[in-house]
Amino acid sequence: MPQLTQLGLVYQSQWFWLLLVLGAIYFFVGRGIVPKVEATVDLRDAQIAADLAAAERLREEADATEEGWRAKINAAHAEAHELAHAAKDRSLRETEKKVAAADKKLAAEAEKAAAALDDARKDALAEIEAMATQATREIVAKLTGAAVDDAAARAAVGGALERA
Amino acid sequence: MPAGAKIDPMHQFTIAPIGSDQLAATPFQFTNSALWMLIVFAVIVVFMLGGTKRQLVPGRWQMAVEYLTGFLDNVTTQSIGPEGRKYLPWVFTAFTFILVANWIGAMPFGIVPAAHPFTVTSQFTVTGTMSIISFAIVLGVGFWKHGLKFFTLFTPHGTPKPLLPAIFVVEMISFLVRPFSLGLRPFIAMFAGHILLDVFGNFVVQGIGSHTALGYGVSALAFAFVMFVGALELLVGAIQAFVFALLTALYINDAVNLH
Repeated sequence: MPQLTQLGLVYQSQWFWLLLVLGAIYFFVGRGIVPKVEATVDLRDAQIAADLAAAERLREEADATEEGWRAKINAAHAEAHELAHAAKDRSLRETEKKVAAADKKLAAEAEKAAAALDDARKDALAEIEAMATQATREIVAKLTGAAVDDAAARAAVGGALERA
Repeated sequence: MPAGAKIDPMHQFTIAPIGSDQLAATPFQFTNSALWMLIVFAVIVVFMLGGTKRQLVPGRWQMAVEYLTGFLDNVTTQSIGPEGRKYLPWVFTAFTFILVANWIGAMPFGIVPAAHPFTVTSQFTVTGTMSIISFAIVLGVGFWKHGLKFFTLFTPHGTPKPLLPAIFVVEMISFLVRPFSLGLRPFIAMFAGHILLDVFGNFVVQGIGSHTALGYGVSALAFAFVMFVGALELLVGAIQAFVFALLTALYINDAVNLH
């Protein structure tokens, strides 16, 4: 086992070079490079944490903005609905008014027409009476030779017309 | 190796001088062990420097470096608490040195002519020294922070009064054994693993050299075994580095927080 047989010859150089190398690693790497690496990692962690916090804050801001926008949109929708409803209502009422006016006008015209019809019927009846009176007088004269005066004939015709 | 030559699995652990013919008992003797320590150091520095680009969005290399430091930072802060970061440099040094030394030792550099791979963690002078450094930190921190109260570490809470002396001795022994177990563990793992690889690697060569059907069969089996053990060595190398770092952190925790 060379580790034992050589021990007397090599232990000094082994210790010397080992302590030299370990010291170099300790001071140059362990105390020199490692803290730098750790600092970089810490910096990155801090940056990531800050970025996450900023992202969270921005998200909340965006949420608030969206909420506001949504409220505004809802209000606008409600207003539009109200306006549309009012307009519909107004137009409905106007239409009703117009229809009512037109109805009234039509009713008046119909009444007038009915009156005119009535007049025309009366005229026609009077004419028929006159013609019937004339015809009655002529018929009586032809059949009996008696002359019937106008008033008697009219009374007879009137009676007949009344009965008809 | 000529056929029939004696297998010498210990040869790979021999420390040879570089730049001189004979080993001399002086601290400044440059050896293959020292060379591989410097190679380990260079690998660690190159790897870590690749992670200092300090990019906000890390590349793969930076990610690997940050994973390593984050992992060790976790080990220390979880074992010791918020004070743990103070001890991260040593835990980092111990972990990376053992890990890189173990893994470089498991690389098949032997197939490169004139390259003599050497696993520095297979020397107990190396792992023992690292264990002693860890314990020097534990004792130093313990006595500096708590003074003589540090000895209450050996008297667990709720020990019945009559048992106290006996428990104190037992706890003290278990505490004093720690540096040995801490230093021996990585050494033994590398030592045994490399002997196994060496022996079965020789079986492969000798099986082929025998020119018999049985020899080829043994050779193929040994080759498969070497591959398996090689993979296992990588795992063991990482586990040993982790165990050393974790135990160092736990022992320091004892010293920092007592019980």
